[in-house]
Amino acid sequence: MAANHVPAPLVAVRGVSKVYRRGRQRVEVLHHVELDIPQGDFLALMGPSGSGKSTLLNMVAGLDLPTDGSISVAGRRIDRMSAAELARWRASHVGFVFQFYNLMPALSARKNVELPLLLTRLPAARRRRHAAIALALVGLQDRAGHKPGELSGGQQQRVAIARAIVSDPTLIVCDEPTGDLDRHSAEEVLGLLQRLNRQHGKTIIMVTHDPKAAEFARRILHLDKGTLVEQSPP
Amino acid sequence: MKFLPLLLAGLLRKKTRTLLTLLSVAAAFALFGMLDAVRVAFNAPQTVTGIDRMVVASRFSIIQPLPYSALNRIQAVPGVRSVTYANWFGGVYQDPKNFFPNIAVEPASYLQMYPEIVLPRDQRRAFLGTRTGAIVGASLARRFGWKVGDKIPLQATIFPRAQGDNLWVFDLVGIFHASVPELKGVEQQMLFRYDYFDEGRQFGHGTVGWYIVRVDDPAHADRVAKAIDRMYANSADETKTESEREFQLSFAKQIGDIGLIVSAIMGAVFFTLLLLTGNTMAQSIRERIPELGVLKTIGFSNRAVLLLVLGESVLLLVLGGLGGLLLARVTLPVLGAATSGQLALAMATRSWWLGLGLMVLIGLFVGLPPALRAMRLSIVDALAGH
Repeated sequence: MAANHVPAPLVAVRGVSKVYRRGRQRVEVLHHVELDIPQGDFLALMGPSGSGKSTLLNMVAGLDLPTDGSISVAGRRIDRMSAAELARWRASHVGFVFQFYNLMPALSARKNVELPLLLTRLPAARRRRHAAIALALVGLQDRAGHKPGELSGGQQQRVAIARAIVSDPTLIVCDEPTGDLDRHSAEEVLGLLQRLNRQHGKTIIMVTHDPKAAEFARRILHLDKGTLVEQSPP
Repeated sequence: MKFLPLLLAGLLRKKTRTLLTLLSVAAAFALFGMLDAVRVAFNAPQTVTGIDRMVVASRFSIIQPLPYSALNRIQAVPGVRSVTYANWFGGVYQDPKNFFPNIAVEPASYLQMYPEIVLPRDQRRAFLGTRTGAIVGASLARRFGWKVGDKIPLQATIFPRAQGDNLWVFDLVGIFHASVPELKGVEQQMLFRYDYFDEGRQFGHGTVGWYIVRVDDPAHADRVAKAIDRMYANSADETKTESEREFQLSFAKQIGDIGLIVSAIMGAVFFTLLLLTGNTMAQSIRERIPELGVLKTIGFSNRAVLLLVLGESVLLLVLGGLGGLLLARVTLPVLGAATSGQLALAMATRSWWLGLGLMVLIGLFVGLPPALRAMRLSIVDALAGH
C-alpha cells in the first residue's frame, strides 16, 4: 500500500475561474484552471500580457479569491478563508518577491527583512538574528544597515528575497522578479532563487516574461487567455 | 512598541513635509499652551487666605467709586493694620495709543503700602510736598524719554477738570524702580496725588476708586475681608474685598470674556490644524498605496493597517504637540514676568493632559479617513498603485 501512495501536492488548483466586471462587461481572466504544484517545485508561469498568470499567482498566494473552483495549499482551502484568516495565513506561509522590490524606503535592509516578523511574537533580539541569517543567505550581511536607496537594483531584490524567506514560508511567489534588473543582476537573483529551491527545498512559483529566466525553474507552464496551454513535466 | 520604527518610517518618508507639519503642530500647541495658561490664570478661583494685602472695591463694578468716608471705617475693622486708596485716572499722553496706567493715590500711605516701589529719598520728599507732583516707573520714563523736572500733560478721558477742559498737567518729581525683577511691570505706572486730582475734577468729589488694606496677620485676611464686606452689605456702597491679583484680573476682564476669547482663538487654531494635518496625512497615504499593499501582502491585516495609519497620525500630532507644549512651558515664565507677576502664567498639569488628549483626538480625527481608505485597499489594486 505504502509503495502506491502518491503524496498530495503542496498546491492544488481545481477548476479555478476568475471573472472581473468592468461596468457591464464581464472579463474572464482564468478559465477552469487545474494545477498541482508539488512540494519543492520551482515553477515558472509564462504567457503573454493579460494571459492570467499574475492573477493565478495572486490567487495561489492568497491575495485574491477565485470566482469559481478551489485552491488548497498544504491541505488547507484558502479560497474559503476570511480576509483576516488569509492575512494570518500569508504571514506564516507565503513569501513575496515583486518586480519593483517594494521595500520601505525609510527602513534599513535589516528592518525591511524584519517586517514579516513583526507579526510574530518573536522578541526583538530573535527578530534581528533571523533577519541577519536571511540577509547572509542572500549575501548581503554587510549591507544590513543600508537603506534601499543606497543599494543597487539587484541588491534591493536580494533584500526583498531575504524578506520573503525570513519567516520560513511554505511557498515563495515571485512576480517578474527580474523585470527591472539588468542581465547580470537578473542572473544573480535567479541563481539565488534556484539555490533556495535546490539547497533549501523552497517551493517557488515565478511569473516571468523572460524565457531565459524561466530556464532557471524546474518546469515551465504556459498560460494563454486564461487557460493552461502547455506544461513541461517536473 | 515594535511597530514604532514602521510608524517613524512612514513619517520620515518625506522629511521636509513632515518637518513643516511638525512645526505647524508645534506652533499650534505652543499657542494652545500659552492661551490655556492665560485662560486658567483668568478663571482660577482666588482666595484672600494667607495674603496680607487686599483690595476693597465696589461689589457691582470696578468703575463704581466708594465714598472717601469709608477710609476711617475700614481702618477701624479689627485686624486692619493700614489702609490707603487710589483712583484710576485713565489719562492719555499725546496720543490714545500711548496707553499706560495712571493712578491718583494718597502719596504717603500708598508708598508705605507698596514697599516694592523704590523711590530715592529726595524724590519721595518732593512727591509728598508737591501738589501737582507725579512719579513714574523707570520703564515708563524710558519709553517717553521723561526726566525729573519735566511737565507731563495728560488728556483726561474720564475726569474733565472743574474748569471744563481735559488737560491735566503734572510735574514729574520722581522716577521709581521695582524692588524685585518679578514686579518690573509696576514700572509702567504713573502715580500722582489724589488731593490734586480730587479738587481739580469736575465730578465725583469725595469718592475713591478702591481701598488697599494691609492686615496685621495673613491668617486673619479672610476674616477681615468678610468683616469689611459685611459692614457695607445692603448699603448703596456694597463692597467686594479680594486679593490684589483678582482685582487686577477684574480690570483686564473689562475688555470681555477672556475665557471665551481664548477658546475662540484656540478653536480657530485647531480647525486650521485639522485641515493642515488632514491634508498631509491624506497626501502621505495616497503616495504610499503600493507600500501599504506590500504590508497587507506580507500578512498585515486590514485592521493592522488601519491602526498603523492612525498610529502614524497620532504620533505626528504627539511629537509636534509635545514640542509645542514644551516651548510654551519655557516661554510662559517670561510672559508671566512681563505682567509683574500679576498673571501667574504656568503650564498646569491639567493643560498637559488636555493638550495630550487633544493631540490624540486630532490625530485620530485626521488619521481616520486615510486609515479607512488604507484598510479598504484591495491588495491587487494597491500593488498596481491604484
